Amino acid sequence: MTAPTDFTIAGARAALDARRISAVELTRAHLDAVEQLNPRLNAYITITPEVALAQAAAADAAIARGEAGPLSGIPLAIKDLFCTAGIRTTAASRILGDFVPPYESTVTTKLLQDGAVFLGKANLDEFAMGSSNLSSAFGGVENPWKRAGAPETVLVPGGSSGGSAAAVAARLALGATATDTGGSIRQPAAFCGVTGIKPTYGRCSRYGIIAYASSLDQAGPVARTVEDCAILLRSMSGFDPKDSTSANRAVPDFAAAVARGVKGLRIGIPREYRVEGLSPEIDALWQQGMDWLKAEGAELVEISLPHTRHALATYYIVAPAEASSNLARYDGVRFGLREDGKDLKDLYERSRAAGFGAEVKRRILVGTYVLSAGYYDAYYVKAQQVRALIKRDFDQAWEKVDAILTPATPTAAFGRDETQDDPVAMYLNDVFTITANLAGIPGMALPAGLDAQGLPLGLQILGRPFDEETLFAIGGAIERAADFKATPAVRAAA
Amino acid sequence: MSYTIEGGTGAWEVVIGLEVHAQVTSLAKLFSGAATEFGAEPNAQVSFIDAGFPGMLPVINRECVAQAVRTGLGLNAQVNLWSRFDRKNYFYADLPQGYQISQYQFPIIGKGEIEIELADGTRKAIGITRLHLEQDAGKSLHDQHPTKSYIDLNRSGVALMEIVSEPDLRSPEEAGAYLTKLRQILRYLGTCDGNMEQGSLRADVNVSVRKPGEGFRTRCEVKNVNSIRFVMQAVEAEARRQVELWEAGEVVEQETRLFDTTRGVTRSMRSKEDAHDYRYFPDPDLPPLVLDAAWVEELKAALPELPDARRARYVQDFGLTPYDAHVLTLEKETAAFYEAVARGRDPKMAANWITGDFFAGLNRTGASIGNSPISAADLGALLDLISDSTLSGKLAKEVLEVMFETGKAPGVIVEERGLKQVTDTGAIEAVIDEVMAKNADKVAEYRSGKEKLFGFFVGQTMKAMQGKGNPALVNDLLKKKLG
Repeated sequence: MTAPTDFTIAGARAALDARRISAVELTRAHLDAVEQLNPRLNAYITITPEVALAQAAAADAAIARGEAGPLSGIPLAIKDLFCTAGIRTTAASRILGDFVPPYESTVTTKLLQDGAVFLGKANLDEFAMGSSNLSSAFGGVENPWKRAGAPETVLVPGGSSGGSAAAVAARLALGATATDTGGSIRQPAAFCGVTGIKPTYGRCSRYGIIAYASSLDQAGPVARTVEDCAILLRSMSGFDPKDSTSANRAVPDFAAAVARGVKGLRIGIPREYRVEGLSPEIDALWQQGMDWLKAEGAELVEISLPHTRHALATYYIVAPAEASSNLARYDGVRFGLREDGKDLKDLYERSRAAGFGAEVKRRILVGTYVLSAGYYDAYYVKAQQVRALIKRDFDQAWEKVDAILTPATPTAAFGRDETQDDPVAMYLNDVFTITANLAGIPGMALPAGLDAQGLPLGLQILGRPFDEETLFAIGGAIERAADFKATPAVRAAA
Repeated sequence: MSYTIEGGTGAWEVVIGLEVHAQVTSLAKLFSGAATEFGAEPNAQVSFIDAGFPGMLPVINRECVAQAVRTGLGLNAQVNLWSRFDRKNYFYADLPQGYQISQYQFPIIGKGEIEIELADGTRKAIGITRLHLEQDAGKSLHDQHPTKSYIDLNRSGVALMEIVSEPDLRSPEEAGAYLTKLRQILRYLGTCDGNMEQGSLRADVNVSVRKPGEGFRTRCEVKNVNSIRFVMQAVEAEARRQVELWEAGEVVEQETRLFDTTRGVTRSMRSKEDAHDYRYFPDPDLPPLVLDAAWVEELKAALPELPDARRARYVQDFGLTPYDAHVLTLEKETAAFYEAVARGRDPKMAANWITGDFFAGLNRTGASIGNSPISAADLGALLDLISDSTLSGKLAKEVLEVMFETGKAPGVIVEERGLKQVTDTGAIEAVIDEVMAKNADKVAEYRSGKEKLFGFFVGQTMKAMQGKGNPALVNDLLKKKLG
């Protein structure tokens, strides 16, 4: 019999509906695992056992009445960027203090309506700014994977959704919510050997998600299978009149696309993605991915995305610009941390100096600079022009191909002590993922193999706007071909 | 003769442009569902959006957009079917988001024009540069506590229209006439209540001076002036200050100033060097505002009649003098009152009574058209009593006074006081006979050519009838009897 923490969401659904396990049992098993492993992994900032057990009991009652929702009794981790009514929400920042939102984000509202159980709030980089989870004010998250023969070396889980990915990988949740502004779902999914999808911008409402960069932020799921991501995404998606950038489009049955196959699909291979510093193992894995898809009947097409080389620079103008404005509301006046000062300006300076970490301050400064009089045209306006060109690259690609295959990250997870002091070197982690945010298109990362040290490596699939179904079809095919069965060293006892 | 300020070096011309902030009349705020009513308890009308809470997002209020479009149409301005919201970033305790959502580069309304009228009857076209929608900020209260400031966010997020004029105004009078006309149009449209005491309408006044024929010199902006009178005073005070500076060989620095209403002078608020860098950029939470041309046409078709059109109609259709038409159309409520009185009656007679005795009565009792003790229906009934000869004009004036005092209907007053005019020729003749008998000597004088005495007989007859004799009949019968 499968250990409760090893279920897939689809498997747990079947077991719950067949009464082979109760939602309370499934939730307890996860809470036990969290209790055991979270002190080490630090994947959760806040654990909510009472809330979870009450939700599980309600799910059991709903199942007993024959009124189970798609997620009734499914234990999830919620990235601590989603506001949850009555539950402390931190964005992994000191500046929010003990902020308890009186409102629920639209995405978590939808998950609750479908019956989900929330185990707690997952750790992240402060305000979702980072690729290592080391910028969290609540301490970094440990990647549950270990290099072969080096169990003492702590690896980063990636970021910013590092807590979400680590929790799912270590069996501390069946799935998790996450957000992706430049790769924050896909890079940690790849580092932790799990699957994540950033849907099209506008697919999931941003209402109640603490903003980092509004034109790039998008919610999505992390789970252990492509099908599980499809199940979660269906519940999370949909038009929301409370978010003016939310798309008024029907939500398809994403899970139905997973088994669709790739026969006849044209898969683009962008030549510009063979970047300098790409590990040979990842290059080999990429080739392997192409071979799998070809074998399944897809056609490979070499394409060009010439403006990709400007994507990082563009991102690090647009995102900090928006962030500098979005984070102005954290001023110590109405909620969160306040450090009193001799006057209003002093109160601002003290509160923000004490409340924000180094990476957040860096991005606020960069953002303020690029929007300043005299620099706006050279930076912000230019970046918007390049962004339009990056989007045009993709629009032209869609005339030739149905989807694009790339590596998810240039390297496998790196050690906590191996991070460079140079923040710009850190930004290179997002080199493959960032274009999807700039263009607003969907992107999926999934594990496809291990490197020589036994660490998971991921592939990324990019698709047309609002064509997540093709991503699920291709992801399903790669998942079947890769047959990725490896599990992390640190995980709930099987 | 154009307005100038005489300095030691000659005449100076004044150049004025106004930026008017008009609060949009709407039930809810620009980007949240919170209410907008004036005078609520502090912080009683605040949504989490208005308070800048984490994860909250703005959603545009369709009615506020419609109000801006109506205003644009009323200002004969270009309606931009594509416009955009930008963030204006600055820190202040009553600005919860740390930015104001405004329209910087692409406003919803472009160039327009309105016509002002000056006391001497001259008319002048004043250009409108643009109108854009933006959020109001909250209010800081610094006088509630010795060391702390209080914040009231009721106004935070309320929709404002900023209406910018071209620098076409040349005198305090023109500035006052422009603001009066703008307020009148807004009130006719129902897009802003124009209440300056409550801050629904306030003006930033841009003033510069120059020698006739010159290009523009440096201007200063006098912020937040909240009455038409103060706008006119601020223009004059600021213009004189600048003339003095220039004439003393100094330079006017571009800066933001405040008008001290007690001392009647402007004083510096912040210089150009201290000016904020607002770091405007497009608000990523809001897609561009795209209007459907058909929707704009619908709004246009449903627009109420505006002051200029109404005034022209009163002159053309009702035969009123331009002056009466102007007075009656100044306020929408007055025009509505007038039309209710004039309906089915002689429009000129209605206009005369309203602009004459009725306005005088309102003034005397300190009332206004909105809380007039006399309804349009009752005033109309009074005019009917004149038309059917029940009341003479003189009696009607007396009845009107009683109406102001008691609020009673004219018919009731006439009954109660027996003020009905006497039109019975027999009764009048009897009185005349009596008067002639008593004044036989005067009758003889009259008949020998002293025709001036006719008035004496009218007076005596009316007196004997306690003023109730129909004046025309009294005249006719006297003439007949005196021969």
